[in-house]
Amino acid sequence: MVKKLLAELKEFTLPSILTPLCMIGEVIAEMIIPVLMGKIVDIGIGGGNMSYIIETGLVMIVVALLGLAAGLGGAFFGAKASTGFARNLRKKMFDNIQTFSFANIDKFSSSGLVTRLTTDVTNIQNSYMMILRMAMRAPSSMVIAMIMSFIISPRLASIYLIAVILLAAFIASIMVTANKYFRAVFEKYDKLNESVQENVSAIRVVKAYVREEYEDNKFKLAALNIYEMFVKAEKRITLTSPVMMGTVYTCIILISWVGAHMIVSNELTTGAMMSLLTYCMNILMSLMMLSIIFVMVTMSAASAKRIVEVMDEKTSIANPENPVMDVADGSISFEHAYFAYNKDSEEPVLKDVNLDIKSGETIGIIGGTGSAKSSLVNLISRLYDVTEGSVKVGGVDVREYDLEVLRSEVSVVLQKNVLFTGTIYENLRWGDANATDEEVERACKLACIDDFIKDMPEGYNTQIDQGGTNVSGGQRQRLCIARALLKKPKILILDDSTSAVDTATDARIRKAFAEEIPNTTKLIIAQRVSSVMDCDRIIVMDDGKIDGFGTHDELLKGNQIYREVYESQTSGDADFDN
Amino acid sequence: MAEERVKEVRGPGNRHMRGGPRPKIKNPGKLFARLMGYVFKTYGIHMILVVICILLSVFANVQGTMFTKSLIDSYITPMIGQADPDFGPLAGAIRNVVVFYGIGVFAAFVQARLMIIVGQGTLKRLREELFTHMESLPVKYFDTNAHGDIMSIYTNDIDTLRQMISQSIPQLLNSAITIVSVFVSMVLLSVPLTVVTMLMVALMLFVSAKATGASGKNFVAQQKNLGALNGYIEEMMTGQKVIKVFCHEEEAIQRFDELNEELYQSAYKANAYSGVLGPINAQLGNLSYVVCAIVGGAIALNNFLGFTVGGLASFLTFNKSFSMPINQVSMQFNSIIMALAGAERIFKLLDEEPEIDNGYVMLVNSKEDNGQIVESEEFTGHWAWKHYHKEEGTTTYQPLEGDVTFNDVDFGYTDDKMVLHNIVLHALPGQKIALVGSTGAGKTTITNLINRFYDIQDGKIRYDNININKIKKADLRRSLGVVLQDTHLFTGTVADNIRYGKLNATDEEVVAAAKLANADGFIRRLPEGYNTMLTGDGGNLSQGQRQLLAIARAAIANPPVLILDEATSSIDTRTEKIVQDGMDKLMHGRTTFVIAHRLSTVKNSDCIVVLEQGRIVEMGTHQELLDKKQRYYQLYTGNKPQSA
Repeated sequence: MVKKLLAELKEFTLPSILTPLCMIGEVIAEMIIPVLMGKIVDIGIGGGNMSYIIETGLVMIVVALLGLAAGLGGAFFGAKASTGFARNLRKKMFDNIQTFSFANIDKFSSSGLVTRLTTDVTNIQNSYMMILRMAMRAPSSMVIAMIMSFIISPRLASIYLIAVILLAAFIASIMVTANKYFRAVFEKYDKLNESVQENVSAIRVVKAYVREEYEDNKFKLAALNIYEMFVKAEKRITLTSPVMMGTVYTCIILISWVGAHMIVSNELTTGAMMSLLTYCMNILMSLMMLSIIFVMVTMSAASAKRIVEVMDEKTSIANPENPVMDVADGSISFEHAYFAYNKDSEEPVLKDVNLDIKSGETIGIIGGTGSAKSSLVNLISRLYDVTEGSVKVGGVDVREYDLEVLRSEVSVVLQKNVLFTGTIYENLRWGDANATDEEVERACKLACIDDFIKDMPEGYNTQIDQGGTNVSGGQRQRLCIARALLKKPKILILDDSTSAVDTATDARIRKAFAEEIPNTTKLIIAQRVSSVMDCDRIIVMDDGKIDGFGTHDELLKGNQIYREVYESQTSGDADFDN
Repeated sequence: MAEERVKEVRGPGNRHMRGGPRPKIKNPGKLFARLMGYVFKTYGIHMILVVICILLSVFANVQGTMFTKSLIDSYITPMIGQADPDFGPLAGAIRNVVVFYGIGVFAAFVQARLMIIVGQGTLKRLREELFTHMESLPVKYFDTNAHGDIMSIYTNDIDTLRQMISQSIPQLLNSAITIVSVFVSMVLLSVPLTVVTMLMVALMLFVSAKATGASGKNFVAQQKNLGALNGYIEEMMTGQKVIKVFCHEEEAIQRFDELNEELYQSAYKANAYSGVLGPINAQLGNLSYVVCAIVGGAIALNNFLGFTVGGLASFLTFNKSFSMPINQVSMQFNSIIMALAGAERIFKLLDEEPEIDNGYVMLVNSKEDNGQIVESEEFTGHWAWKHYHKEEGTTTYQPLEGDVTFNDVDFGYTDDKMVLHNIVLHALPGQKIALVGSTGAGKTTITNLINRFYDIQDGKIRYDNININKIKKADLRRSLGVVLQDTHLFTGTVADNIRYGKLNATDEEVVAAAKLANADGFIRRLPEGYNTMLTGDGGNLSQGQRQLLAIARAAIANPPVLILDEATSSIDTRTEKIVQDGMDKLMHGRTTFVIAHRLSTVKNSDCIVVLEQGRIVEMGTHQELLDKKQRYYQLYTGNKPQSA
């Protein structure tokens, strides 16, 4: 996992190496300084040698400046390496996501992908910087301080060694248990936030049923739960600080006592003892730093895992080798097609579908919720692949086409459709980047949205908000239809795309289609019988199977489901929305 | 139009994504004081103890440093060269220091424990108050604030506050006390050296301010670019399927690369500048040390003012311990500003005006006693409005019937833009009133007024001839069953969700309600039947199934008046036919307001109200309206209306 992440460092490998080197430089400077300080005290002050004090002081300043240079280098290289790393990770993920098939997207979910691209990358960026700057610094600072202490006095230094080992063991054990608690807390935390979110979005239900108090009690219980767990977890963590302090103090006392004896018996100088006391802090602070790094790394490990998952995900639908680059016509055929969203699930969503649709036909598709209408049409532009059998467009298996060629000839207006931030022009030109203004307007006329756009203050240059929230549902649907039309496809699929469009307009759109694009094969999924009854033929779907396929009159006679639906809407299922 | 306002709920962690740089805090001092007041109100004693503990541990620390001074001067130096040195006095001094250190460690431990209680306790209280207060806010608040922003108060803002309370505040206290005590000790040891140290500190603060300024500017840029990139990512991920359908991958990547690069540039600068602060201050600290050593050495060697070598050693330690807290304070500064920005949003929510309820008419269970309606403690299945007349001091009871009238009602979500005009309506008990019209005509708005999610600007709405403003909101809402267009379910079992309508419903009642809504069949087919857990707003159910549950939830509440806002819009027509029986059963004997765009649902209404742009344009039964050959006729048949 780490290897895969590090592969994305690329041009930031050099700063990544330089940062710890700089940090080591800084540490060395920091280590030399106490020695010089000790010498100033011993030789300079002790020996009454003022010029020595000044000389050594100047050396110290030079060392400090070198340390500063190293520190600045560490800051700049570290920032470059970590932010650059983050940039590359985002890029790699985003690029890979663009190759994802619908199945891949479903697997992660849109919001899951957003979190991975944003929060998770930020976590990694922060920990990476921390690791670069601290991971080398802390241990090397500790090691150097330890070596220096041993050079000064092996006997006293061994006190540190023992203290470090004991403290390390203690901190490690605390971290392990605390980590366990924290993980549990964060899980609960997510639950609490979920419940807030639920209340925010369902506030009307809460208020309508006068359940404010009930929700409040539920929330208080959850909050109490979190409080108790947090307190438990933090109690463990807070042991570290007093224990650290205790250790430092014990070291100071031991050094003082033993050191005093050694000084008296001329085995140690006072300056050396001063230096030793400084190292004491250094060693223990480094240890503390290490424990913090440890926590950060374990916390970002989860983020790293999620990022690698996205980077590693192989698209389930890839371009074939030697793809067919030309779609002959708009004919569609299904041959014993089976389909399941999850290959392991027992029940396929589509079962043994056989269909033959001629180029230029208008086909209606009707059926209850969950009868797999959308699944059926999604196979045509290869948004999903069949699990068994085959789907052919223009006489060629869809899996043999170049994906881009196939998808520009098979234009789908999805059920859950979105517009993007930008002007109406920009949105519509998703269908054809080079479309002229006239072509765009013609598509809008076909989709019966032209009048509406012209009434807008800025016409086709009106800005659409994110998600298209500033136009109504019906308007959004018609804009999406216009966008799909601009592709000038051989096959046009409308997946319940006029559900929010009123009956009269719906009829006008269908009429325009029949007159203006007669050669395009049109598949129309609808809830209303009125939307499909004048199609050339109608497919009746039921539970993943084709229950009937024929003209309105044929089905009315021979298909029970169709008859029932028709009768339930006999008076024409008018619609009051537009 | 409330129903049109699409609100996406964002997950935690992406507050800054949209808005660009954080707004400047207006009055940080006042805000900080308010926050501290909040903490002290509940944890005053704790906080006082914390301050005492900090004092104790700083005191212990200073004692330790003083000991280092005396260690060399008073104990070791005299012993050097002695043939038979007496370690007794040193042992005694060390014993004292052990005691001090022991107190220090103990104080640190107690302080840490106390801060857990203070920090977590305050957060718990804040969370609870936030939630309780939020529940009391009018629906308008939720309609006018992005749900993501409300959520982020609970996630991001509380979290930054947690860090501030449990880390920054004790650190600040500690630093402040350390600075003061070390300063005093330094002055006691040597005034000239203190002056030297202070000069260095001034330099340090100056550099810190410069570096913070530079990084702050870049942080704002970073935040802005982060917002832009994250907004883009969100939009693209939501529209990823559309991108695929239109083969728009290349274009998506191109724009992403631009935004990604911009973010990298500003993030790099922001982080680099903020990283610079540490090393600069550390080396300035070292410089300060050297200068003190040289100046101090000069003084000590010349034996000015009785300044000794040991004194210099101690002073140098103080010098070090003086720079450290100052560094820490400057490091904490940023996180405190962040936390205060969060606190500002938290207090803003807490300051929001809650729903006003001046109602005094209550809904009570009733029974008949000698021809008189009297209140009953037990559930009787009969309801009455309990009317207390202040002037006469009498209480009257009036049976709940479900008669609803709108008398010349005007309404606008904001005062300057009316969306409903002169609405006049009368629903008799048990009648079914259908509201039809295009999106934005004001259908849902009307239902929002009956249960007082919003209050009207002009006119009157009466319920059983009582002005609804006089009815307690809770009682008013209890008497109304609502099935909304967007079905919202709660985390819990299927049975829990149905029981939401009546918390003490028995299992039999739950099943009966489900049967009424024709939900029983699919529920039984779920892996664990009525005990199947629903999560994420019932994400594991289809839209139609969720609507059936919502209908069952309304059914179990058994209210005299029903509001069905597109309750069956996501149920396909065949299933709807099956549900229709249940719906009819549910509506039987109840006043029902139904909004639907399917005629089959509307046709048999007692009165169909056709709305257009906030006005009633037609009213009557199905046949009457058809005969009129106006708007309804046009909607119904698709034919042009015949001009009157």
